[in-house]
Amino acid sequence: MVSRKIEIFVGFFVSLGVLALIMLALNVANAGIGSNGETYTLKAKFENIGSLKVRSPIKVGGVVIGRVTSISLDKSDYLPVVAMEISTDYSNFSETTAVNILTSGILGEQYLGLNPGVLIGESDADDELNDLFGQDELKVLVDGDFITDTKSALVLEELIGQFLFNQGGE
Amino acid sequence: MIAFWQNLGKSTIERLASIGRATSLLLGALFNVPNIKKGTPLLIKQLYSVGFLSLIIVIVSGLFIGMVLALQGYTVLQGYGAEGSLGPLVALSLLRELGPVVTALLFAGRAGSALTAEIGLMKATEQLSSLEMMAIDPLKRIVAPRFWAGMISMPLLALIFSAVGILGAHLVGVNWLGVDTGSFWSIMQAEVSFEKDILNGIIKTVVFAFLITWIALYRGYDCIPTSEGISSATTKTVVQSSLAVLGFDFVLTAIMFSS
Repeated sequence: MVSRKIEIFVGFFVSLGVLALIMLALNVANAGIGSNGETYTLKAKFENIGSLKVRSPIKVGGVVIGRVTSISLDKSDYLPVVAMEISTDYSNFSETTAVNILTSGILGEQYLGLNPGVLIGESDADDELNDLFGQDELKVLVDGDFITDTKSALVLEELIGQFLFNQGGE
Repeated sequence: MIAFWQNLGKSTIERLASIGRATSLLLGALFNVPNIKKGTPLLIKQLYSVGFLSLIIVIVSGLFIGMVLALQGYTVLQGYGAEGSLGPLVALSLLRELGPVVTALLFAGRAGSALTAEIGLMKATEQLSSLEMMAIDPLKRIVAPRFWAGMISMPLLALIFSAVGILGAHLVGVNWLGVDTGSFWSIMQAEVSFEKDILNGIIKTVVFAFLITWIALYRGYDCIPTSEGISSATTKTVVQSSLAVLGFDFVLTAIMFSS
């Protein structure tokens, strides 16, 4: 009675609706969208991450090179640990690399700014520096390493508090 | 003076009678849930004409409304350096308001008017009376499948509308205007909650579907069986269901989102 074509179209319509629901639900429940290509993970411990979120961008000089993949709390010292997924195109960060939590604009979202520090590669300059500081050769950060030089997010209330405290001192 | 009282009484009685007829039609449709063997083919046919054929207009308008929202939102948010909040802006306005309401208005114009005209013409050509003559309940055979088809397809259409709108906003915001894709999705995910936003939106669409199909079916079933009567019934369907949707939207929003 009902032609097969109509049944197929209705099936298509209903599955499209369910698909839309799944897409909307996954948007909320945080599904992995995007990020293709090979990546490696670095970690960093902060005192305060402000409003940094999972999937926030990681930038070097404004260029996005990766994303935050997870934020957790270290149970031993109750400091937040941020895991960063960085494209393997940029895999020669040295252990002098610094990472800051920065804000784009006044009200904008927060992101991680990487500061590469001493670059590895030009052997002459490296050797001189190493001689100067009496260090062993600089290590390259590999998958799973911690970046030790971190600076926390600016929290406006703390800033205002400090300002008031300083004013009171004068 | 007497004539005034008489007119008032007459119009009141007519109003009440029409509410009564509408309610009995609704009950007839509600309690005649199509049984699986006989009703499913009828329901599928209606799902096709009510739901699938409305798909194009819903997808196209969802896409364009999402793109326009992204453009407008971007211009304002950019002034505060908060382009990253484009995602939640678009997602929340689509899921909470625009998805349910615009889909309902489109649905009233596209499917509601068609339902009224179809049933009205059936009445004018005495097909409904013929069914009764053959001891077939027109409520069961004609009205119930259309009612349930509307109730099923409208929420699906609204979900498709919202999803396509968000994709359209992504297209304009991320691919054209250069909002960061990670913050577009991550801030959206942080702001949108499934229970509060998506589920409340679905509840809204179910209420709107109920209103629109009820008004459309009643207007068709109760129309004056002339060509003029059908045209005025179709107009009434579109006008009344649009107004009902907008009015109920305010009430539902006040209940759901005002804390």
